[in-house]
Amino acid sequence: MSEFIIKNGHVFDPVQGIKGDKKDIAVKDGKIIESVSSGARVINAAGKTVMAGALEIHAHVAGPKVNAGRWYRPEDKHFDSHKKPGMTRIEGGKSIPTVFKTGYEYARMGFTFAMEAAMPPLYARHVHEEIHDTPIIDEAALPVFGNNWFILEYLKNHEVENTAAYIAWVLRQTKGYGIKCVNPGGTEAWAWGLNCLTIHDPVPYFEITPAEIIKGLIEANEYLGLPHSMHLHQNDLGNPGNYKTTIDSLKLAEGMTAKNNFGREQVLHSTHIQFHSYGGTNWGDFESKAKEVMDYVNKQKNLTIDTGNVTLDETTTMTADGPFEHHLHGLNHLKWFNVDVELETAAGIVPFIYDPSNAVFCSQWAVGLEIPLYAKDPMRCFITTDHPNAGPFTRYPRVYSWLMSKKVRDELLNGFKKAAKVIGATTLANIDREITLYELAAMTRAGPAKALGLMKDYGGLKAGMNADIAIYNINPDKFPSTGPEIEKAFANVAYLFKDGKICVEEGKVMDMGHKKTFWVDAKVKENKQVAHDVKEKFLRYYSINENNYSVPESYAPHQHIIAVDATQ
Amino acid sequence: MNTVTLTVKNTPELFLECENVNPDAFAGKKAADIAKLGAFQGKEITTLGDYFTIAGEAGATAADTKIVINGDCTKMKYIGAKMNAGEVIVNSTCDMYTGSWMSGGKLLVKGNVHSFCGLAMKGGEFTIEGNAGNYLGAAYRGDWRGMSGGVLRVKGNAGSDVGTFMIGGEMIIEGDVDIHLGTHMEGGRIIVKGNANRRVGGQVVKGEIYIFGKINVMMPGYKQVGEVSLDVDGTKAKFAEYIGDIGERHPKRKGETVYGKLYMKQ
Ligand SMILES: [Zn+2]
Ligand SMILES: [Zn+2]
Repeated sequence: MSEFIIKNGHVFDPVQGIKGDKKDIAVKDGKIIESVSSGARVINAAGKTVMAGALEIHAHVAGPKVNAGRWYRPEDKHFDSHKKPGMTRIEGGKSIPTVFKTGYEYARMGFTFAMEAAMPPLYARHVHEEIHDTPIIDEAALPVFGNNWFILEYLKNHEVENTAAYIAWVLRQTKGYGIKCVNPGGTEAWAWGLNCLTIHDPVPYFEITPAEIIKGLIEANEYLGLPHSMHLHQNDLGNPGNYKTTIDSLKLAEGMTAKNNFGREQVLHSTHIQFHSYGGTNWGDFESKAKEVMDYVNKQKNLTIDTGNVTLDETTTMTADGPFEHHLHGLNHLKWFNVDVELETAAGIVPFIYDPSNAVFCSQWAVGLEIPLYAKDPMRCFITTDHPNAGPFTRYPRVYSWLMSKKVRDELLNGFKKAAKVIGATTLANIDREITLYELAAMTRAGPAKALGLMKDYGGLKAGMNADIAIYNINPDKFPSTGPEIEKAFANVAYLFKDGKICVEEGKVMDMGHKKTFWVDAKVKENKQVAHDVKEKFLRYYSINENNYSVPESYAPHQHIIAVDATQ
Repeated sequence: MNTVTLTVKNTPELFLECENVNPDAFAGKKAADIAKLGAFQGKEITTLGDYFTIAGEAGATAADTKIVINGDCTKMKYIGAKMNAGEVIVNSTCDMYTGSWMSGGKLLVKGNVHSFCGLAMKGGEFTIEGNAGNYLGAAYRGDWRGMSGGVLRVKGNAGSDVGTFMIGGEMIIEGDVDIHLGTHMEGGRIIVKGNANRRVGGQVVKGEIYIFGKINVMMPGYKQVGEVSLDVDGTKAKFAEYIGDIGERHPKRKGETVYGKLYMKQ
């Protein structure tokens, strides 16, 4: 492999505490090293910003739900399917891009890792097929557990060891990375025409509450010592007044500590918290409770969150929160897709237009910006759009422009048709804070890498770490002052190194890299009960044979397995 | 107004995507510049000059530009699509997406058009002297926003699924239409001077459909509420008035439910 020396760039690296100082970065054999030989290729980064490759902690980019979105929304790609000159394929789709476009666009923005946030275990093969076809970026997927019959039965009796053994089995079968929990209990209740809107609403038939599921999954996660924490999409998403349920759910983690060998400190990651920070009793008196939620998050060191920023676009909502999608369809009357995944989960899809002339959508936009602007510790607050739910991930550069420039966001805020109403319902207008490049590096690199248990190799520029490096055409001494300039700079890296290879140059894809699929192999003590239950459930309920369930290695030929041992 | 004349000199082997054949793309350009405008044939990017002889020059703006196309355009798609102003006259039959997403100006096709023409049309006048295919003035595949404005007139017949998801504007078919007329309509009006086949107005929320001839088989979701005298596109007559589709959701205005309307000429 070739050697590189990236010279004179302004380096932003929270891992080493470097805040824009000029520093040379040496690269050899896919890793960052202390120094290279004189034959190394020189990359002149003078007047540019150098950061580690960014990590996406929560996006829906691969699998049956995403693909259902693609086939049922041909209109999403009619005006947005281009063949760009060069080695790339046709790039189709806006809110639900093809796997190829997904890889190219993340890479162009400086990303080198993405977490698929919801993998239905039964359809894990499809998830891995799409991950395998997504170029450049490394990926992993979180199987969903919050409405799984095994889990509900074990946790009803607080059988943490059985829960953990079953999770370890699923991770191995599906080549999954960790524990995702979507609307705990609520999606199963939806199969009975109901929902769980507080953490104490019982799940029909199973007689367990969301609180018990959340706590039990956190305990199982720490029993196994997984690299990532339990990853939660909370109950009562998107409804006025839900912030109380949000704080109630977060409180369940009080007193719990992370047990793992990966340097992860949180026990609970609460995703797209923008959708869970609403006050009021209806859409008329709706108001932001971002401050209240973030005051709590700021105090609790064992929590991490991501934002779920509304970008005010036409997009496609898709979630394992089946009842929520039905609710959305009732609001906008657009086409609704719903599927039940046997014993495991469900999913719904509805197109959605976050129309900027609507006060509620603009307030959601404001709440999404308030969350990171209230965050005291950028290492625990990560930027997402819950792609594609609150907006396409390709809007990250625009989200950064709103966070990094008060002028840019205030221009938009004051220009809204319903500006007075939005300003009254939110606190954004009173916030002066502007996120710095150093804080952005924490929110998009070092922070998510640590939360995902990947800090050894990802999220920083220290010698020994992966040579995943994004160089932006941004001179920190002359930071661009307009929204479009900031956006353009973050949307088109000057260079993206993936594992020491230049994959993007001036926004143009030059190399497809060697993407890897990460999964976690957790070793547990032999558990006859779980082995028996798996066999029995497949015989009695599953539509497929147990032997056809697992994801063979041929589906993830470039796998990177992280082993954990929970037998001690 | 300046006129640019395009004459087909080569027939494309596949189909030619003429997204750039409209007054907006031509405005301010001389023949030589127009010849350089791109046109996809399959995945290959070709130019308009590869297929047309181009004479004359465009006006400074789209509104000052008139395009006349001679020769066989049977394998040309997207003529006049997305046009905002000006005028286009095609002395031929055209393929799919002709006049789709147009928002202004005048488009006249002297032959027939294939399917998916006038899709999601927003404004302007689109006249077809021959017949139209399926999905005329409908929404694009998967979309829920069909024709929303302007006037679309077919002097001949039209195919099936005409006006699907129509939300505004006026469509006149002087001949007959096939099945599925105005499905999911939520505004606008469709006038059919000939006969309609089955399934007229299925799942209509709002909007008006006028049928001068017969409907082969009536939908069960329509109920006659009276008889009215109307002047419809220059024809004064008595019409039986129906409301529907009863099975669909309907909005309320001032406490009253708003239905779709179907008028049958007596
Ligand atoms: Zn979610
Ligand atoms: Zn999500």
